[in-house]
Amino acid sequence: MRIRHNLIIFRRIIKAGILNFIRNAWLGLAAIAVMVITLTIILFSIIANSTFNYTITQITDKIDISVYLKDSVGVKDRDQLIEDLENLDSVKEVNYVSKDEALERYKEQNKGNLDLLLAISQTDNPLPASLQLKPTDPNNIEPIRQFLESEEIKELQSDETSYSGDRKTAIDKITNATSFIGRAGVVGVLVFAFISMLIIFNTIQMAIFNRRSELTIMRLLGASTNYIRGPFIVESVLYGIVSGVISIAIVNVLFSVSAKAFGASSLGILDIEFANVYFADNFWRFLGLQLGVGILIGSISALIATRRYLKFKTSK
Amino acid sequence: MILLDRVTKKYNKNAQALEKISLHVEPKEFVIIVGASGAGKSTILKLLTREEKPTTGKIIVGGLDYSTLKDREIPILRRKIGVVFQDFKLLPNRTVFENVAFALEIVGVGNKEIDHTVPRVLDIVGLKGKEKRMPRELSGGELQRVAIARAIVRQPRILIADEPTGNLDPKHAWDVIRVLEKINRYGTTVILTTHNQEIVNKLKRRVITIKDGRIASDKASGEYHS
Ligand SMILES: Nc1ncnc2c1ncn2[C@@H]1O[C@H](COP(=O)(O)OP(=O)(O)O)[C@@H](O)[C@H]1O
Ligand SMILES: [Mg+2]
Repeated sequence: MRIRHNLIIFRRIIKAGILNFIRNAWLGLAAIAVMVITLTIILFSIIANSTFNYTITQITDKIDISVYLKDSVGVKDRDQLIEDLENLDSVKEVNYVSKDEALERYKEQNKGNLDLLLAISQTDNPLPASLQLKPTDPNNIEPIRQFLESEEIKELQSDETSYSGDRKTAIDKITNATSFIGRAGVVGVLVFAFISMLIIFNTIQMAIFNRRSELTIMRLLGASTNYIRGPFIVESVLYGIVSGVISIAIVNVLFSVSAKAFGASSLGILDIEFANVYFADNFWRFLGLQLGVGILIGSISALIATRRYLKFKTSK
Repeated sequence: MILLDRVTKKYNKNAQALEKISLHVEPKEFVIIVGASGAGKSTILKLLTREEKPTTGKIIVGGLDYSTLKDREIPILRRKIGVVFQDFKLLPNRTVFENVAFALEIVGVGNKEIDHTVPRVLDIVGLKGKEKRMPRELSGGELQRVAIARAIVRQPRILIADEPTGNLDPKHAWDVIRVLEKINRYGTTVILTTHNQEIVNKLKRRVITIKDGRIASDKASGEYHS
């Protein structure tokens, strides 16, 4: 009986909320528009952030340090050096590339240049054997550098150590861009979320004003606060849901358009293809996020607005 | 059923609406409150429905002590009391049926029960066949009866009516009074305010006369001469 009663009340609140929503459509448009912007910024920030992180790992993976060994370095010294390097915390991985392998790679890379290949084949293999190091943290290779610069180790090397430094600069750039976009995203989201809340707040205030005589009558006839307030909350939650759906639809369209326009290419440091796949893979999660945030913004502002304008006041 | 003990109401510093009102109403009584305009009749009724709080004094209705009443308990109290407002407070864009059904809707009565109850109550107040009319298509007496129908549709133990005969011609005024007497016979406590001397004097009911916010007289089978 109690459950049936609550169900009836609940159904009526939902119904009244939907009616409010339809009746208020024009007013609600502004609320929805700003909320769509808010939600879209959130979504873009998340996707951009992941894409940048992805790009960073991609590049980081390619970063390495090459240590060239003199031909005179024996197996024992070589293995000792490898072991010492592996024992360094800053080194993730050590790969040995023998003279023969180096030559193979060189030939592979210069397939088209017959003169060069010919010249090489007529001499002894001029390429040194090398150790390819992967640092644990590409931003901190100083300990490795120090180790390699030490007198006795330098002794073993045929050439200057090569650090892929330009890659590090690229990573730094992306890292900066990411943190900037992250910060801008947070500020943007906060500003627009605040504006959305203000507009929804205003919309609900108007709706309350437009229906004030009906609300007064409801109250005098003994309607509960939740029954009076409920429809306005439902109305705002609907703003959130509609905005969430519109926002994700917009992003979806943008991605399919951009995929067509750029093919599977990258826009500078933004890897469109990755972003596209990432969006598609997480579509339902993103939809849930958009709806969740939309509903949250909507219901919070409606709660505040109704608390402020629907108080049970009896004057003393 | 209803108890007011030395109730005083000041709307503001200069306006003392009620001064030490004490009265007691038994269940199933039919009470008429009379007095000149501005005497404080409506204020008494508004204290009972908690539209206003007393400045001092004690009010107990149906066992509920208003001094310990929390704001969220006001709906509970208002569901126990049927009110016919002086200005009806009907919803202009809803039909007669919908206006009466409204009182049931907001407290969670099911649609089936609403469809069953509302026509019966409209029959009691003599509005059978006018279910689909809009308020603007009704006469003053009919509007008054819609307001009464809405007030009694939840079968309250107490019915309060503020000047239900005001602005009605004698015939329609008597129609409304007859309806209130009928409801009273079914066992509902009825409290009404009025100016209408002729009706008061013919009814031979309990009459409480208010003058300048005080009880001037309280007689079991009273009369009213302004
Ligand atoms: N909301 C209010 N604010 C200030 N004064 C009021 C208010 N309501 C009523 N009054 C004053 O209280 C007195 C009693 O009013 P009321 O109870 O409405 O009288 P009645 O119903 O007998 O005509 C009057 O002097 C009136 O002006
Ligand atoms: Mg009055």
